[in-house]
Amino acid sequence: MVKFDIKDLNIWFGPVHALKQVSMEIQANEILSVIGPSNSGKTTFLRMLNRLNDLNQNFRMSGVVKLERKDIKNIDTELLRKRVGMVFALPLPLPLSVFDNVAYGVRMHGRKTKKILQDRVEESLKEAYLWEEVKDRLNESAFKLSGGQQQRLCIARTLAVEPEVILFDEPCSGLDPISTAKVEDAMVKLKQKYTIVLVTNNVKQAARVGDRTAFFLGGELIELDKTDKIFTAPQDKRTDGYIRGKFG
Amino acid sequence: MRKLKELIIEKLILICGLASIFFVALIFLFLLKEGLTLFKTVSPFKFLFGKSWYPISEPAQLGILPLILGSLLVTIGAAIISIPIGVGCAIYIAEIAPLKIKETLKAGIELLAAIPSVVLGFIGMVTLVPLVKTVFHLPTGLTALSGSIMLAFMAMPTIVSIAEDALYSVPKTYKEGALALGATHWQTIWRVMLPAASSGILAAVMLGIGRVIGETMAVMMITGNAAVIPNSILAPVRTLTATIAAEMGEAVVGSEHYFALFAIGIVLFVISFAINVTADLFLHKRQQ
Repeated sequence: MVKFDIKDLNIWFGPVHALKQVSMEIQANEILSVIGPSNSGKTTFLRMLNRLNDLNQNFRMSGVVKLERKDIKNIDTELLRKRVGMVFALPLPLPLSVFDNVAYGVRMHGRKTKKILQDRVEESLKEAYLWEEVKDRLNESAFKLSGGQQQRLCIARTLAVEPEVILFDEPCSGLDPISTAKVEDAMVKLKQKYTIVLVTNNVKQAARVGDRTAFFLGGELIELDKTDKIFTAPQDKRTDGYIRGKFG
Repeated sequence: MRKLKELIIEKLILICGLASIFFVALIFLFLLKEGLTLFKTVSPFKFLFGKSWYPISEPAQLGILPLILGSLLVTIGAAIISIPIGVGCAIYIAEIAPLKIKETLKAGIELLAAIPSVVLGFIGMVTLVPLVKTVFHLPTGLTALSGSIMLAFMAMPTIVSIAEDALYSVPKTYKEGALALGATHWQTIWRVMLPAASSGILAAVMLGIGRVIGETMAVMMITGNAAVIPNSILAPVRTLTATIAAEMGEAVVGSEHYFALFAIGIVLFVISFAINVTADLFLHKRQQ
Protein backbone atom coordinates (compact mmCIF):
# COMPACT_ATOMS: atom_id res chain seq x y z
CA MET A 1 0.00 0.00 0.00
CA VAL A 2 1.24 3.48 -0.81
CA LYS A 3 1.41 5.70 2.25
CA PHE A 4 2.81 8.90 0.81
CA ASP A 5 2.52 9.84 -2.83
CA ILE A 6 4.70 12.81 -3.77
CA LYS A 7 4.47 14.42 -7.22
CA ASP A 8 6.60 17.21 -8.68
CA LEU A 9 7.39 18.68 -5.30
CA ASN A 10 9.29 21.97 -5.37
CA ILE A 11 10.11 23.96 -2.27
CA TRP A 12 11.56 27.42 -1.95
CA PHE A 13 12.68 29.35 1.11
CA GLY A 14 12.75 32.91 -0.15
CA PRO A 15 15.09 32.83 -3.16
CA VAL A 16 16.58 29.42 -2.29
CA HIS A 17 15.24 26.52 -4.30
CA ALA A 18 15.54 23.82 -1.63
CA LEU A 19 13.79 20.89 -3.33
CA LYS A 20 13.56 20.41 -7.07
CA GLN A 21 10.93 18.31 -8.85
CA VAL A 22 10.88 15.49 -6.34
CA SER A 23 8.49 12.61 -7.07
CA MET A 24 8.34 9.40 -5.12
CA GLU A 25 6.14 6.97 -3.27
CA ILE A 26 6.61 5.81 0.28
CA GLN A 27 5.22 2.37 1.00
CA ALA A 28 3.38 1.48 4.17
CA ASN A 29 5.42 -0.46 6.73
CA GLU A 30 8.75 0.20 5.14
CA ILE A 31 11.78 2.00 6.45
CA LEU A 32 12.81 4.56 3.88
CA SER A 33 16.27 5.95 4.57
CA VAL A 34 17.06 9.36 3.18
CA ILE A 35 20.75 10.14 2.79
CA GLY A 36 22.73 12.99 1.29
CA PRO A 37 25.23 15.65 2.30
CA SER A 38 24.16 18.73 4.24
CA ASN A 39 22.09 21.22 2.26
CA SER A 40 20.88 18.41 0.03
CA GLY A 41 17.26 19.03 1.01
CA LYS A 42 16.70 15.82 2.94
CA THR A 43 15.51 17.49 6.13
CA THR A 44 13.34 19.87 4.12
CA PHE A 45 11.82 16.83 2.47
CA LEU A 46 11.15 15.20 5.83
CA ARG A 47 9.62 18.33 7.33
CA MET A 48 7.34 18.57 4.29
CA LEU A 49 5.64 15.35 5.29
CA ASN A 50 4.22 16.80 8.53
CA ARG A 51 4.15 20.37 7.26
CA LEU A 52 6.66 21.71 9.75
CA ASN A 53 8.12 23.76 6.90
CA ASP A 54 4.99 25.90 7.09
CA LEU A 55 6.45 27.54 10.20
CA ASN A 56 9.01 29.31 8.05
CA GLN A 57 7.52 32.55 6.77
CA ASN A 58 9.44 32.41 3.48
CA PHE A 59 8.24 28.90 2.63
CA ARG A 60 6.66 28.36 -0.80
CA MET A 61 5.90 25.11 -2.57
CA SER A 62 4.44 23.60 -5.70
CA GLY A 63 3.43 20.04 -6.44
CA VAL A 64 1.34 17.61 -4.43
CA VAL A 65 1.97 15.49 -1.37
CA LYS A 66 -0.73 12.92 -0.68
CA LEU A 67 -1.16 10.87 2.46
CA GLU A 68 -3.28 7.83 1.60
CA ARG A 69 -4.57 9.51 -1.54
CA LYS A 70 -5.55 12.71 0.22
CA ASP A 71 -3.65 15.97 -0.36
CA ILE A 72 -2.03 16.90 2.97
CA LYS A 73 -3.02 20.51 2.40
CA ASN A 74 -6.59 19.39 2.90
CA ILE A 75 -5.87 17.55 6.13
CA ASP A 76 -6.17 19.52 9.33
CA THR A 77 -2.58 20.35 10.38
CA GLU A 78 -2.94 19.06 13.94
CA LEU A 79 -4.49 15.83 12.72
CA LEU A 80 -1.77 15.40 10.10
CA ARG A 81 0.92 15.84 12.73
CA LYS A 82 -0.81 13.37 14.98
CA ARG A 83 -0.85 10.83 12.16
CA VAL A 84 2.68 11.66 11.08
CA GLY A 85 4.86 11.83 14.19
CA MET A 86 8.39 13.10 14.32
CA VAL A 87 11.52 12.34 16.36
CA PHE A 88 14.15 15.08 16.32
CA ALA A 89 17.92 15.00 16.16
CA LEU A 90 18.48 16.00 19.76
CA PRO A 91 16.47 14.22 22.42
CA LEU A 92 14.15 16.84 23.74
CA PRO A 93 12.46 15.65 26.90
CA LEU A 94 10.21 18.15 28.60
CA PRO A 95 11.06 19.15 32.17
CA LEU A 96 8.55 16.60 33.50
CA SER A 97 8.63 13.07 34.84
CA VAL A 98 9.19 10.11 32.54
CA PHE A 99 5.51 9.22 32.76
CA ASP A 100 4.28 12.74 32.05
CA ASN A 101 6.59 13.07 29.09
CA VAL A 102 4.97 10.11 27.39
CA ALA A 103 1.47 11.05 28.52
CA TYR A 104 1.97 14.61 27.32
CA GLY A 105 0.79 14.25 23.76
CA VAL A 106 -2.04 11.92 24.74
CA ARG A 107 -3.39 14.44 27.21
CA MET A 108 -3.15 17.15 24.60
CA HIS A 109 -5.44 15.24 22.29
CA GLY A 110 -8.25 15.10 24.80
CA ARG A 111 -8.69 14.01 28.38
CA LYS A 112 -8.27 10.32 29.06
CA THR A 113 -8.96 8.28 32.17
CA LYS A 114 -6.02 7.36 34.35
CA LYS A 115 -6.25 3.72 33.33
CA ILE A 116 -6.13 4.44 29.61
CA LEU A 117 -3.26 6.82 30.15
CA GLN A 118 -1.27 4.28 32.15
CA ASP A 119 -1.85 1.56 29.58
CA ARG A 120 -0.88 3.83 26.72
CA VAL A 121 2.30 4.95 28.46
CA GLU A 122 3.34 1.39 29.26
CA GLU A 123 2.59 0.18 25.75
CA SER A 124 4.50 3.05 24.13
CA LEU A 125 7.51 2.58 26.38
CA LYS A 126 7.54 -1.12 25.54
CA GLU A 127 7.37 -0.38 21.83
CA ALA A 128 10.30 2.00 22.19
CA TYR A 129 12.25 -0.67 24.10
CA LEU A 130 12.55 1.50 27.14
CA TRP A 131 10.01 -0.04 29.51
CA GLU A 132 12.37 -2.48 31.22
CA GLU A 133 14.86 0.28 31.94
CA VAL A 134 12.45 2.84 33.33
CA LYS A 135 9.48 0.94 34.72
CA ASP A 136 10.63 1.60 38.29
CA ARG A 137 11.47 5.23 37.75
CA LEU A 138 8.42 6.55 35.95
CA ASN A 139 8.12 9.41 38.40
CA GLU A 140 11.71 10.55 38.11
CA SER A 141 12.63 13.55 36.02
CA ALA A 142 13.23 12.69 32.38
CA PHE A 143 16.52 14.57 32.54
CA LYS A 144 17.96 11.85 34.74
CA LEU A 145 17.85 9.37 31.87
CA SER A 146 20.90 8.86 29.65
CA GLY A 147 21.01 10.39 26.18
CA GLY A 148 20.00 7.17 24.47
CA GLN A 149 17.18 6.61 26.94
CA GLN A 150 15.99 10.17 26.42
CA GLN A 151 15.86 9.63 22.68
CA ARG A 152 13.85 6.43 23.13
CA LEU A 153 11.62 8.36 25.53
CA CYS A 154 10.98 10.84 22.74
CA ILE A 155 10.15 7.94 20.44
CA ALA A 156 7.72 6.61 23.05
CA ARG A 157 6.18 10.08 23.33
CA THR A 158 5.62 10.12 19.59
CA LEU A 159 4.19 6.57 19.62
CA ALA A 160 1.79 7.43 22.42
CA VAL A 161 -0.35 9.62 20.20
CA GLU A 162 -0.78 6.61 17.86
CA PRO A 163 0.69 7.84 14.60
CA GLU A 164 0.79 5.94 11.32
CA VAL A 165 4.07 7.33 10.09
CA ILE A 166 7.14 8.26 12.11
CA LEU A 167 9.70 10.67 10.76
CA PHE A 168 13.18 10.39 12.21
CA ASP A 169 15.42 13.41 11.73
CA GLU A 170 18.96 12.15 12.35
CA PRO A 171 17.81 10.48 15.56
CA CYS A 172 21.23 9.13 16.52
CA SER A 173 23.44 12.08 15.72
CA GLY A 174 24.04 12.80 19.38
CA LEU A 175 24.25 9.23 20.63
CA ASP A 176 27.03 6.75 21.34
CA PRO A 177 27.23 3.50 19.30
CA ILE A 178 25.48 1.35 21.91
CA SER A 179 22.56 3.73 22.32
CA THR A 180 22.44 4.03 18.54
CA ALA A 181 22.15 0.28 18.21
CA LYS A 182 19.24 0.26 20.66
CA VAL A 183 17.41 3.01 18.78
CA GLU A 184 17.99 1.15 15.51
CA ASP A 185 16.63 -2.08 17.02
CA ALA A 186 13.54 -0.20 18.08
CA MET A 187 13.11 1.24 14.59
CA VAL A 188 13.35 -2.13 12.85
CA LYS A 189 10.71 -3.61 15.11
CA LEU A 190 8.47 -0.57 14.79
CA LYS A 191 8.08 -0.96 11.05
CA GLN A 192 5.66 -3.85 11.50
CA LYS A 193 3.17 -1.32 12.76
CA TYR A 194 4.36 1.98 11.38
CA THR A 195 5.81 3.50 8.26
CA ILE A 196 9.21 5.00 8.95
CA VAL A 197 11.13 7.70 7.14
CA LEU A 198 14.67 8.06 8.44
CA VAL A 199 16.88 10.98 7.54
CA THR A 200 20.44 10.22 8.47
CA ASN A 201 23.95 11.52 7.96
CA ASN A 202 25.26 8.10 8.81
CA VAL A 203 25.41 6.14 5.56
CA LYS A 204 26.05 2.90 7.39
CA GLN A 205 22.93 3.39 9.45
CA ALA A 206 20.90 3.71 6.26
CA ALA A 207 22.45 0.46 5.06
CA ARG A 208 21.66 -1.29 8.34
CA VAL A 209 18.02 -0.40 8.83
CA GLY A 210 16.57 0.87 5.53
CA ASP A 211 14.39 -1.23 3.24
CA ARG A 212 14.82 1.36 0.55
CA THR A 213 17.20 4.28 0.40
CA ALA A 214 16.80 7.66 -1.29
CA PHE A 215 19.83 9.76 -2.15
CA PHE A 216 19.40 13.54 -2.29
CA LEU A 217 21.92 15.99 -3.67
CA GLY A 218 21.49 19.72 -4.11
CA GLY A 219 17.73 19.52 -3.65
CA GLU A 220 17.26 16.79 -6.22
CA LEU A 221 16.32 13.17 -5.69
CA ILE A 222 19.18 11.43 -7.46
CA GLU A 223 18.31 7.84 -6.84
CA LEU A 224 15.78 5.74 -4.96
CA ASP A 225 16.01 2.00 -4.81
CA LYS A 226 16.23 -1.06 -2.58
CA THR A 227 18.91 -0.48 0.02
CA ASP A 228 20.95 -3.48 -1.13
CA LYS A 229 20.97 -2.18 -4.64
CA ILE A 230 21.93 1.37 -3.69
CA PHE A 231 24.84 0.10 -1.69
CA THR A 232 26.06 -2.58 -4.07
CA ALA A 233 25.15 -1.41 -7.55
CA PRO A 234 24.06 2.23 -7.61
CA GLN A 235 22.92 3.51 -10.99
CA ASP A 236 24.26 7.01 -10.58
CA LYS A 237 27.93 7.89 -10.26
CA ARG A 238 27.18 10.53 -7.66
CA THR A 239 25.39 8.03 -5.41
CA ASP A 240 28.37 5.74 -5.68
CA GLY A 241 30.73 8.59 -4.78
CA TYR A 242 28.72 9.60 -1.76
CA ILE A 243 28.31 6.18 -0.19
CA ARG A 244 31.98 5.48 -0.72
CA GLY A 245 32.72 8.65 1.20
CA LYS A 246 34.29 10.51 -1.70
CA PHE A 247 32.36 13.68 -0.86
CA GLY A 248 29.73 14.94 1.57
CA MET B 1 55.06 47.96 27.35
CA ARG B 2 52.07 46.06 26.03
CA LYS B 3 51.73 44.32 29.34
CA LEU B 4 51.68 47.63 31.16
CA LYS B 5 48.95 48.88 28.84
CA GLU B 6 46.92 45.75 29.52
CA LEU B 7 47.40 46.23 33.22
CA ILE B 8 46.28 49.85 33.16
CA ILE B 9 43.19 49.06 31.11
CA GLU B 10 42.35 46.13 33.34
CA LYS B 11 42.59 48.26 36.47
CA LEU B 12 40.52 51.05 34.90
CA ILE B 13 37.77 48.60 34.07
CA LEU B 14 37.99 47.20 37.57
CA ILE B 15 37.52 50.69 38.99
CA CYS B 16 34.47 51.23 36.78
CA GLY B 17 33.06 47.97 38.03
CA LEU B 18 33.70 48.75 41.66
CA ALA B 19 32.42 52.31 41.33
CA SER B 20 28.80 51.25 41.05
CA ILE B 21 29.04 49.10 44.16
CA PHE B 22 30.87 51.88 45.97
CA PHE B 23 28.18 54.45 45.18
CA VAL B 24 25.38 52.10 46.18
CA ALA B 25 27.12 51.47 49.46
CA LEU B 26 27.60 55.19 50.07
CA ILE B 27 23.98 55.96 49.31
CA PHE B 28 22.80 53.16 51.51
CA LEU B 29 25.04 54.25 54.40
CA PHE B 30 23.84 57.83 54.16
CA LEU B 31 20.24 56.67 54.05
CA LEU B 32 20.78 54.48 57.09
CA LYS B 33 22.59 57.18 59.05
CA GLU B 34 19.90 59.78 58.50
CA GLY B 35 16.95 57.40 58.68
CA LEU B 36 17.96 55.49 61.77
CA THR B 37 18.39 58.72 63.75
CA LEU B 38 14.60 58.89 63.84
CA PHE B 39 14.38 55.76 65.94
CA LYS B 40 16.11 57.53 68.84
CA THR B 41 12.86 59.36 69.46
CA VAL B 42 10.20 57.26 67.73
CA SER B 43 9.91 53.50 68.12
CA PRO B 44 10.19 51.52 64.85
CA PHE B 45 6.90 49.79 65.63
CA LYS B 46 5.06 53.08 66.04
CA PHE B 47 6.66 54.36 62.87
CA LEU B 48 5.68 51.38 60.72
CA PHE B 49 2.23 50.73 62.17
CA GLY B 50 1.18 54.15 63.37
CA LYS B 51 -2.11 55.06 61.79
CA SER B 52 -1.62 58.78 61.39
CA TRP B 53 0.90 60.82 59.50
CA TYR B 54 0.85 64.41 60.83
CA PRO B 55 4.49 65.42 60.58
CA ILE B 56 4.09 69.07 61.45
CA SER B 57 1.52 68.92 64.19
CA GLU B 58 2.72 69.39 67.76
CA PRO B 59 3.74 66.77 68.81
CA ALA B 60 4.39 65.27 65.37
CA GLN B 61 2.71 61.94 64.59
CA LEU B 62 4.89 59.89 62.33
CA GLY B 63 3.01 56.66 61.49
CA ILE B 64 3.49 55.54 57.92
CA LEU B 65 0.90 52.74 57.78
CA PRO B 66 -1.41 54.85 55.58
CA LEU B 67 1.47 55.51 53.20
CA ILE B 68 2.49 51.84 53.04
CA LEU B 69 -1.12 50.83 52.38
CA GLY B 70 -1.39 53.55 49.75
CA SER B 71 1.68 52.29 47.93
CA LEU B 72 0.50 48.71 48.23
CA LEU B 73 -2.98 49.45 46.95
CA VAL B 74 -1.73 51.39 43.93
CA THR B 75 0.88 48.75 43.15
CA ILE B 76 -1.47 45.79 43.42
CA GLY B 77 -4.02 47.57 41.27
CA ALA B 78 -1.41 48.37 38.65
CA ALA B 79 -0.13 44.79 38.70
CA ILE B 80 -3.61 43.35 38.24
CA ILE B 81 -4.13 45.57 35.23
CA SER B 82 -0.72 45.44 33.62
CA ILE B 83 0.37 41.80 34.04
CA PRO B 84 -2.38 40.08 32.02
CA ILE B 85 -2.37 42.76 29.33
CA GLY B 86 1.42 42.91 29.21
CA VAL B 87 1.96 39.16 29.03
CA GLY B 88 -0.88 38.79 26.52
CA CYS B 89 0.68 41.49 24.39
CA ALA B 90 4.07 39.79 24.60
CA ILE B 91 2.55 36.47 23.49
CA TYR B 92 0.83 38.19 20.58
CA ILE B 93 4.01 39.93 19.47
CA ALA B 94 6.30 36.94 19.90
CA GLU B 95 4.06 34.22 18.54
CA ILE B 96 1.02 35.35 16.65
CA ALA B 97 1.42 38.75 15.02
CA PRO B 98 2.45 38.91 11.35
CA LEU B 99 5.76 40.67 10.78
CA LYS B 100 4.31 44.06 9.90
CA ILE B 101 1.99 44.32 12.89
CA LYS B 102 4.80 43.05 15.08
CA GLU B 103 7.11 45.89 14.06
CA THR B 104 4.38 48.49 14.52
CA LEU B 105 3.46 47.18 17.96
CA LYS B 106 7.05 47.06 19.12
CA ALA B 107 7.62 50.63 18.00
CA GLY B 108 4.43 51.67 19.77
CA ILE B 109 5.50 50.06 23.01
CA GLU B 110 8.91 51.68 22.86
CA LEU B 111 7.17 54.98 22.36
CA LEU B 112 5.01 54.33 25.41
CA ALA B 113 8.17 53.70 27.42
CA ALA B 114 9.62 56.97 26.19
CA ILE B 115 6.80 59.16 27.56
CA PRO B 116 8.10 61.00 30.64
CA SER B 117 6.14 60.07 33.72
CA VAL B 118 5.22 63.66 34.47
CA VAL B 119 3.55 63.88 31.06
CA LEU B 120 1.64 60.68 31.71
CA GLY B 121 0.62 62.08 35.09
CA PHE B 122 -0.58 65.28 33.58
CA ILE B 123 -2.51 63.53 30.82
CA GLY B 124 -4.04 61.27 33.45
CA MET B 125 -5.03 64.28 35.48
CA VAL B 126 -7.03 65.91 32.71
CA THR B 127 -8.50 62.77 31.11
CA LEU B 128 -8.53 59.78 33.43
CA VAL B 129 -9.33 61.57 36.68
CA PRO B 130 -12.60 63.18 35.47
CA LEU B 131 -13.55 59.87 33.84
CA VAL B 132 -13.08 57.92 37.08
CA LYS B 133 -15.02 60.61 38.90
CA THR B 134 -18.08 60.41 36.64
CA VAL B 135 -18.05 56.64 36.15
CA PHE B 136 -18.02 55.87 39.86
CA HIS B 137 -19.94 58.98 40.99
CA LEU B 138 -17.16 60.09 43.32
CA PRO B 139 -16.58 63.47 44.90
CA THR B 140 -13.07 63.38 43.40
CA GLY B 141 -11.40 61.32 40.71
CA LEU B 142 -8.01 61.57 42.38
CA THR B 143 -8.02 58.00 43.66
CA ALA B 144 -5.84 54.92 44.02
CA LEU B 145 -7.62 53.45 41.01
CA SER B 146 -6.56 56.35 38.78
CA GLY B 147 -3.00 55.89 39.99
CA SER B 148 -3.16 52.15 39.32
CA ILE B 149 -4.37 52.62 35.77
CA MET B 150 -1.75 55.23 35.00
CA LEU B 151 1.04 53.17 36.54
CA ALA B 152 -0.13 50.12 34.62
CA PHE B 153 0.69 52.07 31.47
CA MET B 154 4.17 52.67 32.79
CA ALA B 155 4.80 49.06 33.81
CA MET B 156 3.48 47.67 30.53
CA PRO B 157 6.45 48.50 28.26
CA THR B 158 8.85 46.85 30.71
CA ILE B 159 6.70 43.75 31.04
CA VAL B 160 6.00 43.45 27.33
CA SER B 161 9.54 43.86 26.09
CA ILE B 162 11.19 41.56 28.62
CA ALA B 163 8.47 38.91 28.43
CA GLU B 164 8.63 39.03 24.64
CA ASP B 165 12.39 38.53 24.81
CA ALA B 166 11.89 35.55 27.10
CA LEU B 167 9.36 33.97 24.75
CA TYR B 168 11.53 34.67 21.75
CA SER B 169 14.52 32.96 23.31
CA VAL B 170 12.66 29.70 23.96
CA PRO B 171 14.49 27.23 21.69
CA LYS B 172 12.70 26.67 18.39
CA THR B 173 13.01 22.93 18.94
CA TYR B 174 10.59 23.09 21.91
CA LYS B 175 7.95 24.64 19.76
CA GLU B 176 8.52 22.24 16.87
CA GLY B 177 8.51 19.30 19.25
CA ALA B 178 5.09 20.25 20.56
CA LEU B 179 3.68 21.00 17.12
CA ALA B 180 5.05 17.71 15.78
CA LEU B 181 2.99 15.89 18.42
CA GLY B 182 -0.08 17.47 16.91
CA ALA B 183 -0.54 20.27 19.43
CA THR B 184 -2.49 23.29 18.29
CA HIS B 185 -0.81 26.67 18.27
CA TRP B 186 -2.50 27.69 21.50
CA GLN B 187 -1.66 24.38 23.24
CA THR B 188 1.94 24.92 22.21
CA ILE B 189 1.97 28.44 23.62
CA TRP B 190 0.17 27.54 26.82
CA ARG B 191 1.83 24.25 27.68
CA VAL B 192 5.30 24.62 26.23
CA MET B 193 6.25 28.22 25.43
CA LEU B 194 4.92 29.85 28.59
CA PRO B 195 6.35 27.30 31.04
CA ALA B 196 9.69 27.38 29.22
CA ALA B 197 9.76 31.17 29.37
CA SER B 198 8.29 31.41 32.86
CA SER B 199 11.46 32.57 34.58
CA GLY B 200 11.91 35.40 32.09
CA ILE B 201 8.25 36.35 32.33
CA LEU B 202 8.48 36.41 36.10
CA ALA B 203 11.49 38.68 35.87
CA ALA B 204 9.51 40.91 33.53
CA VAL B 205 6.65 41.11 36.01
CA MET B 206 9.00 41.84 38.91
CA LEU B 207 10.76 44.61 37.04
CA GLY B 208 7.39 46.05 36.07
CA ILE B 209 6.28 46.04 39.69
CA GLY B 210 9.59 47.53 40.72
CA ARG B 211 8.99 50.38 38.35
CA VAL B 212 5.51 50.93 39.78
CA ILE B 213 6.66 51.02 43.41
CA GLY B 214 9.42 53.48 42.67
CA GLU B 215 7.31 55.76 40.51
CA THR B 216 6.76 59.15 42.07
CA MET B 217 5.69 61.95 39.80
CA ALA B 218 2.60 60.49 38.20
CA VAL B 219 1.19 59.03 41.41
CA MET B 220 1.75 62.29 43.20
CA MET B 221 -0.29 64.08 40.56
CA ILE B 222 -3.29 61.78 40.41
CA THR B 223 -3.77 59.81 43.60
CA GLY B 224 -5.09 62.70 45.65
CA ASN B 225 -2.30 62.77 48.23
CA ALA B 226 -4.40 62.08 51.28
CA ALA B 227 -2.31 60.40 53.94
CA VAL B 228 -5.17 58.45 55.47
CA ILE B 229 -5.77 54.73 55.57
CA PRO B 230 -7.74 54.03 52.38
CA ASN B 231 -10.96 52.05 52.75
CA SER B 232 -11.29 51.21 49.08
CA ILE B 233 -9.45 51.52 45.79
CA LEU B 234 -11.76 54.43 44.99
CA ALA B 235 -10.39 56.53 47.86
CA PRO B 236 -7.55 59.03 47.56
CA VAL B 237 -4.23 57.72 48.83
CA ARG B 238 -0.68 58.89 49.25
CA THR B 239 2.25 56.67 48.45
CA LEU B 240 5.63 56.42 50.15
CA THR B 241 7.41 57.96 47.20
CA ALA B 242 5.01 60.85 46.83
CA THR B 243 5.38 61.68 50.51
CA ILE B 244 9.12 62.05 50.24
CA ALA B 245 8.90 64.08 47.06
CA ALA B 246 6.22 66.40 48.39
CA GLU B 247 7.60 67.01 51.85
CA MET B 248 11.37 66.89 51.55
CA GLY B 249 11.52 70.48 50.35
CA GLU B 250 9.73 71.87 53.37
CA ALA B 251 11.10 69.63 56.11
CA VAL B 252 13.53 71.40 58.41
CA VAL B 253 16.95 69.78 58.09
CA GLY B 254 17.72 67.85 61.27
CA SER B 255 14.11 67.75 62.46
CA GLU B 256 12.18 64.60 63.30
CA HIS B 257 10.17 65.08 60.12
CA TYR B 258 13.36 65.20 58.06
CA PHE B 259 14.66 61.97 59.57
CA ALA B 260 11.28 60.33 59.13
CA LEU B 261 11.41 60.99 55.39
CA PHE B 262 14.79 59.27 55.27
CA ALA B 263 13.35 56.37 57.22
CA ILE B 264 10.64 56.11 54.55
CA GLY B 265 13.47 55.90 52.06
CA ILE B 266 14.83 52.91 53.97
CA VAL B 267 11.42 51.24 53.88
CA LEU B 268 11.23 51.76 50.11
CA PHE B 269 14.74 50.40 49.74
CA VAL B 270 13.83 47.31 51.73
CA ILE B 271 10.68 46.75 49.67
CA SER B 272 12.48 46.94 46.31
CA PHE B 273 15.27 44.81 47.66
CA ALA B 274 12.74 42.20 48.79
CA ILE B 275 11.11 42.18 45.35
CA ASN B 276 14.45 41.65 43.63
CA VAL B 277 15.45 38.88 46.01
CA THR B 278 12.13 37.07 45.54
CA ALA B 279 12.50 37.29 41.78
CA ASP B 280 16.05 35.97 42.07
CA LEU B 281 15.01 33.09 44.29
CA PHE B 282 12.30 32.18 41.84
CA LEU B 283 14.68 32.32 38.90
CA HIS B 284 17.21 30.05 40.57
CA LYS B 285 14.54 27.63 41.64
CA ARG B 286 13.40 27.29 38.04
CA GLN B 287 16.93 26.72 36.82
CA GLN B 288 17.39 23.80 39.17
